[in-house]
Amino acid sequence: MLKVLKSGFFTSIQDAGRFGYRDIGVPISGAMDMWTVGKLNMILENAEDAAVLEITMTGPTLVFELESSIVLGGAEMSATLNNKPLRNHKVYQVVEGDIVSYGRLEKGFRAYLAIKGGFKSQKVMGSRSMYFPVTPINHLSDRDEVPYDTDKSFEPKITEYKVPNLLEDTLLQVHKGPEYQILGDRQLEKLFATDFTIAKENNRMAYQLQEPIQGHQLSMLTSATLSGTVQLTPAGKLIILMKDGQTTGGYPRILQLDDKAISTLAQKKYGDQVSFKLA
Amino acid sequence: MNTYSLSIRPFGVHAILVEWPNKVQEAILEDILQFMECLKSNLDMHLWELVPAYNSLTLIRRGDPIDFEKFSGQLREWYDEKGTTSPKDKFLWRLPVCYDIDFGIDLEDVSQRLGMSIPELIDLHTKNTYTVFGIGFLPGFMYLGGLTSALEIPRKATPRLKVVKGAVGLAGRQTGIYPQESPGGWNIIGNCAIPIFDAKKNPPCLVKVGDKIQFYGISRAEHELHKIEGEVGIYQIEKIKIDVKGP
Repeated sequence: MLKVLKSGFFTSIQDAGRFGYRDIGVPISGAMDMWTVGKLNMILENAEDAAVLEITMTGPTLVFELESSIVLGGAEMSATLNNKPLRNHKVYQVVEGDIVSYGRLEKGFRAYLAIKGGFKSQKVMGSRSMYFPVTPINHLSDRDEVPYDTDKSFEPKITEYKVPNLLEDTLLQVHKGPEYQILGDRQLEKLFATDFTIAKENNRMAYQLQEPIQGHQLSMLTSATLSGTVQLTPAGKLIILMKDGQTTGGYPRILQLDDKAISTLAQKKYGDQVSFKLA
Repeated sequence: MNTYSLSIRPFGVHAILVEWPNKVQEAILEDILQFMECLKSNLDMHLWELVPAYNSLTLIRRGDPIDFEKFSGQLREWYDEKGTTSPKDKFLWRLPVCYDIDFGIDLEDVSQRLGMSIPELIDLHTKNTYTVFGIGFLPGFMYLGGLTSALEIPRKATPRLKVVKGAVGLAGRQTGIYPQESPGGWNIIGNCAIPIFDAKKNPPCLVKVGDKIQFYGISRAEHELHKIEGEVGIYQIEKIKIDVKGP
């Protein structure tokens, strides 16, 4: 078991997502920054859908009760193992009683902790991703326990993975959304020339952007939305749906974020800036 | 033959949006559902998700991007051939609603604004059957069509921060049930204690797009009983198979 001494602001278990239930309104869920999680699971030679901890803004304090290997990635949060600093993308061994704790958020917004073999919490509807009310809780609390298997023999092929991360990226690659054609010249200019600021309203469901563009009067029938769909409200507000976002909506879908852009955005917090570029 | 002219567009690189004429019509929904059945027999359903809603069908592929040019052509071929696919069984679900004013917290206000008595309002709400045109927004939230114009009422000017699970509401031309506690601006006229969505059940959602819903009024005592049944997961809902006429 992994014991959660302190849970931090919002720490949840996430995997590659809950596929196959969007027709009954269940969002895909899964890690917000799947780009990073893919790398971490690759370093540990895990399955693509191995479950990790997603740690938002402030980190937890965790006690390991079984020997295994871990790797951290995503946001930089001054993580330590028994008070010694940890680096991202590097494999560390943990033994019984080891404590990983997090400090100040330095860069990015969501940190990930992956473990050899993945966390083994219960699967609900094919996934371990926490999403209420599909799973009974949507984040971990103090004193919760998360199961994992011990692994004493893992010898990583890569012990440290040196690639640029996406924490500094601010450019979001997008495709034209289904209702892109409703945009006029003024809207298009603003859309692609503005550095948009992340609004306070940002979470696993959606990110709102502070700067509005010109609104619209299109009345459309409710239709499917995806994670990464950029909706335009009649008042001109831009809302980007994320992994726990609603599966259908009635606002025009003007842009669709590329997979990597969803990960880039997932590392942004209130006040950060992003801009759009057509892929 | 009931074949429409479809619009097929890419929706990012992992999805394709197929659209029928921009109308709320049973015949269009029927055509979408028939096409869906045809697609299910042609696609690897471990890789694909199909999301129908009103006049659209969105196909979402897991993993690799879709070759749009190639796949959209294939879709049109399948659409032309779909006439041979037999439609899926449809059901009419009869759902118990307690229209007590303790649950129907806007009943009195709605009855005043619509200029009818509460019994008249309940009578109108329970008389019609409603078609499920889509499920989305929240797990198990049904977009229902077929509300009588006499019950059309604008959503509340200020949404409530908290609407309870099971609340039955009216808003514009829509009626529906909140499948979980959430903020909301609908006028609440009752409560349905039977969960439409339950992650512990297989399938987790009883109702599917194309099914029909009818509400019937029950007493507080019966409602309490259904609530307990819902919590422990033992409940029976009256469902009636709808006869589908062949082509």
